[in-house]
Amino acid sequence: MNVTRRILIAAAVLITAACGGSQPEQPVPQTQPTTPTVNADSVRRAQEEAERRRREADSLAAAQRDAAARAAAAATAAARAEAERAFANQVHFDYDKSDIRAEDQAILDWKVRLLQANGSMTIRISGHADDRGSDEYNLALGNRRAAAAKRYLVSKGITEDRITTDSFGEERPLDTAGNEAAWAANRRAEFTITAGPATWTIPTP
Amino acid sequence: MSSRPAWAFAVVGAVALSALPTCRLAAQDSLPTDAVRVGIRYTPGVRPGLVILPGPGLDSVRAIIARDLDYSDRFEVVPVPVTEQGAPRGPRPVNYQLWQGLGASYALEIVPDPAGAIVRLHDVVGATVRDQRKFPVGTPEGAGFRLGVHRVSDEVVRWITGQPGAAASRLLMIEGGRVWMADYDGAAREALTGAGERALSPAWAPDGSRFAFTLLGEGRGPVMIQEVGSGRRTAVAGADADLNITPTFSPDGTKLLWARSNGDGTDLYSVDLARNCCVQRLTVGRYSDNLSPTFAPNGRRLAFVSTRPGLPQVYAMAPDGTGQELLVPFDFGATGPSHAPEWSPDGTAVVFHRELRGVPQLFVYDVAARRVRQLTSAGRNEDPTWAPDGRHIAFVSDRSGRRQIWILDLESGRLRQLQSPGAARLPAWSRRLAP
Repeated sequence: MNVTRRILIAAAVLITAACGGSQPEQPVPQTQPTTPTVNADSVRRAQEEAERRRREADSLAAAQRDAAARAAAAATAAARAEAERAFANQVHFDYDKSDIRAEDQAILDWKVRLLQANGSMTIRISGHADDRGSDEYNLALGNRRAAAAKRYLVSKGITEDRITTDSFGEERPLDTAGNEAAWAANRRAEFTITAGPATWTIPTP
Repeated sequence: MSSRPAWAFAVVGAVALSALPTCRLAAQDSLPTDAVRVGIRYTPGVRPGLVILPGPGLDSVRAIIARDLDYSDRFEVVPVPVTEQGAPRGPRPVNYQLWQGLGASYALEIVPDPAGAIVRLHDVVGATVRDQRKFPVGTPEGAGFRLGVHRVSDEVVRWITGQPGAAASRLLMIEGGRVWMADYDGAAREALTGAGERALSPAWAPDGSRFAFTLLGEGRGPVMIQEVGSGRRTAVAGADADLNITPTFSPDGTKLLWARSNGDGTDLYSVDLARNCCVQRLTVGRYSDNLSPTFAPNGRRLAFVSTRPGLPQVYAMAPDGTGQELLVPFDFGATGPSHAPEWSPDGTAVVFHRELRGVPQLFVYDVAARRVRQLTSAGRNEDPTWAPDGRHIAFVSDRSGRRQIWILDLESGRLRQLQSPGAARLPAWSRRLAP
């Protein structure tokens, strides 16, 4: 009987416990839709994740493309700058002379290739002299030097009307030291592009 | 026309040089000793003494005339002793004995006159009045005052020597890219072109009313003609494209010659100034340059620089471009480049500069005797221009440390510097300027 009572009490406790416990479990039906919601979220999250990865991949690719493009542009710009530098290379002359020196021919030959590769390009050649001689004669001498450089380019097939010449005589020295080295630096022909295509076709050096 | 003779000359020259090197050197060494004398040694010589008598008023006139007569290099201007400077001023007889004792052969008396000044030249030795004349002389503030006084000086020189002086003249020069004008004594400086411009090669019209010059732009530039008084300018026809340099007027003022530089080289052209038309090409360079023309005073010949022998040398031709020939002889391969010729006002000589061991020096070529004489040897000396008296030369020299205008008297060898604040170059001396 004692055992029976204990079982009954235990059952009653269980029942009450079960009843008492069922009270807070009222929202269970509410939690029932929670499980599908969680699933939807994770799907969305997965989709977002995938999307993010895709975008990341895309932007990476884009960045890589950009970088490549930038590198290419930089390379082009560098090549252009290099070409402009090479184009601006001056030729120099002996005292009171206007002959193109043998060692300067390569400098002019490169300009010939650039002009041949860029048919719309026109240039100006400016002749200069050191400050010996007379002020006036040096204008003529500068003119003769510019004309000699032009003649060389024309002899290599560049049409005359693409090249204008002028002379500054001794009026624009690069070096005013008044010694042999300064004079040698000042006896020069300078080259300027007067018109040309936006993008240059750059010949191999 | 020149290629064969020049080549032949080159061959003969080369043969002569290789055959007789010692002879050539000896000749070259001995040449400057004889030729340089005028430029280096200064011998006072026997110039007559002249005193400007003290008197009332006209002090600035006396001061200018005293300097003009000194700068004429024809007289020894005798200083007036202090005792005489303080002497009572007023008309009094000239004390011939006193002035003769001080070494004066001539005494110049300058007396104020309502119309200007009475100028009286006394022959001190003969104790007589040799010449006198009334000159209109304005006030020192008035325009044309200095030039008026310079004219008095020139007349006094004519009374004594038979040849007028050169004081009533002006120089053009380039300083800081501008054309400046100054009296022949360096006074009354005035800029004639703008501060932002770059002018070169000023050249006087014969009457001094206008001048031509190169207005340098970016590697090119026109020849302009500008009126001295009004500043009004015109571009010379045919000299408005390319680079146009070294203009010169014909002696009658009707033509302008200049050198035009372009892809074909540098060649001489002429233009009719009255109509500013009819441009004529006078030289055909074919890779040689022709520039710096200068007329003989009779207008029938002109000298110019040509590079046809390789280096620039002085050639001559008729004003229409015919009869081109070498004018100033040179040793092929030995003589340095020659530049900037100017024919003398009396037609007997051409002055130019030629590089001697890389340094420019002045030389004068005697047209009749066909001889070259060296004038300078100290420092760099270049771009000579004749005074209207045909015995003085203005030129650029760095002998004082920077490029300045100097004036050399070919007769006495006296040298003086024209004061200018900056580095001056390319002087051009006018003819005598008429009132």
